[in-house]
Amino acid sequence: MSNGPVLILGARSDIAQATAHEYAEHGYPIQLAARNSETLQIIKHDFETRYQIQVTLHDFDVLDVERHAEFVDGLPELPEIVVCAVGALGNQEEDEKDILGAAQIIRSNFEGPASILAVLANRFEKRASGSLVGISSVAGERGRATNYIYGSAKAGFSAYLSGLRNRLSKKGVHVVTVLPGFVDTKMTESLDLPEKLTAQPSEVASAIVRATKKRKNIVYSKPVWAFIMTVIRSIPEFLFKKMRI
Amino acid sequence: MKLSGWGKYPVVDCQLSKPRSEEELSQSVLKSNAIARGNGRAYGDSALNRTNTIDMRKFSHMLSFDPKSGQLVAESGVLLSDIIKAFLPRGWFPIVTPGTRFVSLGGMVAADVHGKNHHVDGSFGNCIDWLDVMSADGNVMRCSRTENAELFNWTIGGMGLTGVILRVALRLRSVNTGWIRQTTHVAQNLDTAIDMFEDSLDATYSVAWIDCLSSGDALGRSLVMLGEHATLSELPNKCRANLFPSVSKPKLAVPFSLPRFCLNTYSVRAFNALYYWNGKRGDATSYVNWNSYFYPLDSIMNWNRIYGRKGFAQFQCVLPLGNARTSLNDMLEEIAASGRGSFLAVLKRFGKQESRFSFPMEGYTLALDFPISNGSVSLIQKLGQMTAKGGGRIYLAKDSIMNAQSLRATDAARVAEFETMRQTSGAAERFASMQSERLKL
Ligand SMILES: Cc1cc2nc3c(=O)[nH]c(=O)nc-3n(C[C@H](O)[C@H](O)[C@H](O)COP(=O)(O)OP(=O)(O)OC[C@H]3O[C@@H](n4cnc5c(N)ncnc54)[C@H](O)[C@@H]3O)c2cc1C
Ligand SMILES: NC(=O)c1ccc[n+]([C@@H]2O[C@H](COP(=O)([O-])OP(=O)(O)OC[C@H]3O[C@@H](n4cnc5c(N)ncnc54)[C@H](OP(=O)(O)O)[C@@H]3O)[C@@H](O)[C@H]2O)c1
Repeated sequence: MSNGPVLILGARSDIAQATAHEYAEHGYPIQLAARNSETLQIIKHDFETRYQIQVTLHDFDVLDVERHAEFVDGLPELPEIVVCAVGALGNQEEDEKDILGAAQIIRSNFEGPASILAVLANRFEKRASGSLVGISSVAGERGRATNYIYGSAKAGFSAYLSGLRNRLSKKGVHVVTVLPGFVDTKMTESLDLPEKLTAQPSEVASAIVRATKKRKNIVYSKPVWAFIMTVIRSIPEFLFKKMRI
Repeated sequence: MKLSGWGKYPVVDCQLSKPRSEEELSQSVLKSNAIARGNGRAYGDSALNRTNTIDMRKFSHMLSFDPKSGQLVAESGVLLSDIIKAFLPRGWFPIVTPGTRFVSLGGMVAADVHGKNHHVDGSFGNCIDWLDVMSADGNVMRCSRTENAELFNWTIGGMGLTGVILRVALRLRSVNTGWIRQTTHVAQNLDTAIDMFEDSLDATYSVAWIDCLSSGDALGRSLVMLGEHATLSELPNKCRANLFPSVSKPKLAVPFSLPRFCLNTYSVRAFNALYYWNGKRGDATSYVNWNSYFYPLDSIMNWNRIYGRKGFAQFQCVLPLGNARTSLNDMLEEIAASGRGSFLAVLKRFGKQESRFSFPMEGYTLALDFPISNGSVSLIQKLGQMTAKGGGRIYLAKDSIMNAQSLRATDAARVAEFETMRQTSGAAERFASMQSERLKL
């Protein structure tokens, strides 16, 4: 059986690329979507050389919601699997003061991804097959002083994915919520992350591929984060509000 | 961050950058003197620079492959393991491979690595068609045997000290299967082992494991292992079912630094078992998959932790054909008497080699590990002197111990030319590793 294509949204991200590698290795054709997609030419060459599969490049801006339907129409084929890795961390301290900056973070992590997945979900529903993978974050599990703008947008995105899954579960369409903890990527290059809690992009990628294959709903990466977040969610608010974490 | 080579000695706090584009790379190069780092498999301090170590592993794209010539063009941070994974199933294998597949192309070029087939195929440099190198001014130059040949010839084996390798065009070898026909011979002592090598010059691969504890008449008793790429027609059925066996992720891992006696106990047992078994059966032929044949240690992740916290050093020398027997004999006596070395040493035959600064020369190369201690450091220095006396050389990719004088005692003329080249090209100001500083290169 030949595989349908995998569409990767936000294809320049390290997590996205590791995920694309893993699908490509399994023989899936790959559609790479990102801003300035022509700069991904080298990745196309790499995948074609390594895996002898077809790779196409597509310009995509998650904030340009009005053109999302047009974007999907422009794909050579409706994908079998979609992985949305788009996200923006922002700078909490600055964004607290800069309302437009904060709005941009919220839109990049929630509104934009929700919009493009809505378009794809409707088409998948009609076709009655396909998998939608959204990369959210453990930051969305509880708002913290140090990153609640990003975190709240991810919380919204996680709830959106959960709702989508609920809506589509009987329609043959599968939805995966990915909740990474720390991941060693360009996004976090300047941060000093604890090694034991930090996943490599390839670990997140394997978790995603496994989740679409085995139809898992929610995956953490690393798994220890499921435990950490259970603890963090269970702290009573009157205590949590005084904590610095 | 704390960095080291594979031997975990020395461990040094280094500033590390991870450029993702040529522009970012040239910024790093032009900042202060710098050294490129591949996958950190050199044993010592070749890929360390306190203020400016450049991690090349983001340059990990393969660019093109031509199935007619077998030429692969790839960025220098691509790992050999990835090349094998992509191309062995299509019937291609590296022409020259070191004893681990977790090396980067850049590291393979910079050390001009050799395999068990040096006597037939030469060093890695032989299968390179061209290189793109960022030199001291931050510009990238294409170089080959005919274009910018000086840069090409010095960069192969130049240990990162001529510039940063960006892209490599290398040729792969076409193979029928992923299996190796191995024949194992028992040699009662060093002389017999060397005779066997000399009688097997037409074998594609040859290598010997030497028992370093034996002495007297049995000094250098060893297992000599010869190998050929197996063709389809000769393969037994059970191998045919899986023509190009793939590897799963390494399962065995060494979780933390172990006390050193563990390794020796294991290798003593393994060697003795094989030695007696093969001795009884006579010369044994078997079909071995490529991974266990070329990379037996790769299936044990982090085996370098096995030597304990202080780390270890590998001593590897090459001795010219004429002196090899006597020099190796003296060295093995020294090692056996000290009781300090790893139980096993590896012996290989090198063929003729022409190169500016690469390690190999026609003769015999001996390699073995030593856990770091005052005693082992002085023993390594002593072995270095014996190498110089025998007219041989020390392998920079393994070295963490030599000093400027001892290097020149082995290789004075070539070192002097290397220094001149570095001065005139401007590389001396731009590229430096802790090793090049230690050795005053
Ligand atoms: C288990 C084991 C077995 C081995 N067996 C063999 C063997 O059989 N034969 C053999 O020849 N070697 C062998 N080696 C040594 C190894 O092949 C070399 O040290 C090789 O250089 C390691 O490549 P690396 O990518 O890890 O490079 P690193 O260790 O990161 O760097 C090694 C050198 O290459 C330079 N370098 C790396 N990348 C670049 C670049 N892009 N541009 C310029 N310079 C660069 C560095 O500056 C440094 O001088 C073995 C090592 C191990 C750990
Ligand atoms: N790294 C972590 O620790 C971590 C932890 C939890 C969750 N995550 C999530 O994992 C996902 C991947 O992140 P990463 O770590 O790989 O970081 P990253 O490299 O910053 O990836 C984010 C990607 O989103 C893209 N993007 C941002 N705004 C966009 C827009 N308007 N239109 C199109 N694309 C846009 C970026 O594209 P450009 O390349 O064009 O800028 C970038 O490729 C993100 O959703 C992130 O929130 C990461």
